[in-house]
Amino acid sequence: MAAPTFETPKFRDIPIVPVLMPQAMAASRPFVAAAPIQQALGFPGELVPDWEQKAIAKLGELLGKYRSLRVYLDACVHCGACTDKCHYFIGTQDPKNMPVARQDLLRSVYRRHFTVAGKLFPKLVGARDLTKELLDDWYTYFNQCSECRRCSVFCPYGIDTAEITMAAKEIMNSIGLGQKYTNEILGKVHRIGNNLGLPGPALEDTLLGLEEDIAADTGVEVKLPLDAKGAEVLLVTPSADFFSEPHVESLIGYAKVFHQAGISWTLSSHASEAGNFGMFVGNYEQMKKISLRVRQAALELGVKRIVVGECGHAWRVAYSFWNTLAGPWDFLDSRYPAPQHICEVTHDLIQRGALTLDKEANDHRIITFHDSCNVARASRMGGTPGGQFTIPREIIKSVANHFHDMHPDTIGEKTFCCGGGGGLLTDDLMELRVKGALPRMEALKQVVDEHKVNFMATICAICKAQFSKVLPYYGFDMSMVGGVHQLVSTAIRLGAKE
Amino acid sequence: MSALTLIYAGLFYAAAALLIGGLGYKIAQYARTPAPLKIPTTPAPTTAAGAALRVAREVALFESLFKANKWIWLFASLFHAALLMVLLRHLRYFLEPVPAWVAWIQPFGMYAGFGMVAGLGGLWARRFLVERIRYISTISDHLMLALLVAIAVSGLAMKYVSHTDIVAVKAFMLGLMVFDLQPLPADPNLLLHLALVAALMAVFPLSKLLHAPGIFFSPTRNQADTPREVRHLAPWAAELEKH
Repeated sequence: MAAPTFETPKFRDIPIVPVLMPQAMAASRPFVAAAPIQQALGFPGELVPDWEQKAIAKLGELLGKYRSLRVYLDACVHCGACTDKCHYFIGTQDPKNMPVARQDLLRSVYRRHFTVAGKLFPKLVGARDLTKELLDDWYTYFNQCSECRRCSVFCPYGIDTAEITMAAKEIMNSIGLGQKYTNEILGKVHRIGNNLGLPGPALEDTLLGLEEDIAADTGVEVKLPLDAKGAEVLLVTPSADFFSEPHVESLIGYAKVFHQAGISWTLSSHASEAGNFGMFVGNYEQMKKISLRVRQAALELGVKRIVVGECGHAWRVAYSFWNTLAGPWDFLDSRYPAPQHICEVTHDLIQRGALTLDKEANDHRIITFHDSCNVARASRMGGTPGGQFTIPREIIKSVANHFHDMHPDTIGEKTFCCGGGGGLLTDDLMELRVKGALPRMEALKQVVDEHKVNFMATICAICKAQFSKVLPYYGFDMSMVGGVHQLVSTAIRLGAKE
Repeated sequence: MSALTLIYAGLFYAAAALLIGGLGYKIAQYARTPAPLKIPTTPAPTTAAGAALRVAREVALFESLFKANKWIWLFASLFHAALLMVLLRHLRYFLEPVPAWVAWIQPFGMYAGFGMVAGLGGLWARRFLVERIRYISTISDHLMLALLVAIAVSGLAMKYVSHTDIVAVKAFMLGLMVFDLQPLPADPNLLLHLALVAALMAVFPLSKLLHAPGIFFSPTRNQADTPREVRHLAPWAAELEKH
């Protein structure tokens, strides 16, 4: 790889809205998927000859299937409320990264072909034909949206740019213009069962190795079972948890929690992936097909509960969509929500005093928590709205003594995306990822300066991978990021209750 | 009957037909289009009543806009609240006898006309002064503001510059509603005001004014957060289950 040809943005003294730098990110385009990758998913291998008509027809089809798209393309009044809310805009200053401008790339085509005003007076209402130039802009800028929904919090009509981006990606895939990173991963999960393409025997090997590590560290035999029929819980977790750092530390944490609580559990080689990149490309069928693997595994193994590990978009799909895509879950134990987040399980066990925790074990850490976008704005934990914010924080405070939140405008429902979500976690988008992380890095810098924070906990595999890579660009240590269950793992005292 | 009266009667019948027909078509279209997935922006209410209240707060208080930008919120609230008062005040030209509460709000309705202009002025100024909003503004965004300002100013002019024969206007309007045409006064100010209002009615269902019905159909706002409790399945998605 060539050395980076971009500069890491400077921390702003006062975080004011940046001035516009038109075309600043016009050259940021991820690699296009090659024909075999596309065809494996049932998409055309390359841009089809009559792509313009096909794209318009696809847009028409989606308008009939998704009320969100239909309403959101009509409702925008260009008020500007969203213009300074996107982390990619703040970090890159490219005006096409303002949510409304990004939407308008698609809206202008909608107006031209599906509205009276756009057909009669295109210039007046900003309606445009889908030219090759505009299609290039689609590919460039819809691949600069992480579908994090921050703009939807602030829109007076709740317009969610993620819905527009997903529709645009679905249209582009349908005419043979796919993104390599995301579509390659979709192929792997269908073929092998997880995004990393880790086959069953390799997975088994990895888990055995982890069992040995835990035994060496703690002297306790903690199991990480694979395909154990009759287990109570099926754990579905992002495959990064199996071998990436710091992800694996959280996997060890889940194992210790189940072990101490005496809950029998298993992983599945068939559904060894919680992530669901079908959502990133807005494809209902892909998303459904991947979700059904979990249902098949749960039925095959005869489990009573399904628990999902630390992964943001996976939790969105699991919490919000699984019942629709792969339900009903009437064969599971109805006393537990289906599915359950690992944080809900751990929080519940802590409340009941089922875990022995030594908070002092985390005293070397001064911790903050990064709310992951999909958990924050597209899901819930527990029984009350906002549980997705309180439950992870209560876990952290139960296992550690030093916790400080970041600026209130950068957490909770207003949290900033890590900069790597939505299928953008690829090296060919490094400049975008570094610049998109700016608002989070600024908020982190503040608590580092004020409270000497040295650990940013999060519950998302993409956040962990993204921050590990991006933190050094801003002068931080890459090991500052880790999982909530990494902290639990440090604090939990195995053997104490046995 | 003068040609003028006939033209304006025709204009209003056409504008009303476009408004009602167009809006009815769009609302039916929104209602017919399924929302296949649960996508409320969370934290979200966990009951249908809670979600309805959330939409009500958006409509009445512009809750999300308040989070986003206090200036836009201020000008937008001022304009919309003033517009509401002005519309209610105008009921006196369509109802006989005039209900007591309509008579009571008359003075507030008059001042609200200035509020409308002030709110619109603030919103319009932002389109020139704020770089980001200047970048996203289209010709139609400016024209829409121009239309609304012209309606407000021509209306205020009838009160504060040169009075029109309001009794005759009311007779014309009451007549229109029962297809019994009455002569319309040939006051240029009035004619301008009415023509602009007819134009606004006509473009309503063809323009961004669709944000008014749109907000009620916005899935991120009107859905209850209950995906684990209730299985949500759109008709076209249910079809996929069969294969």
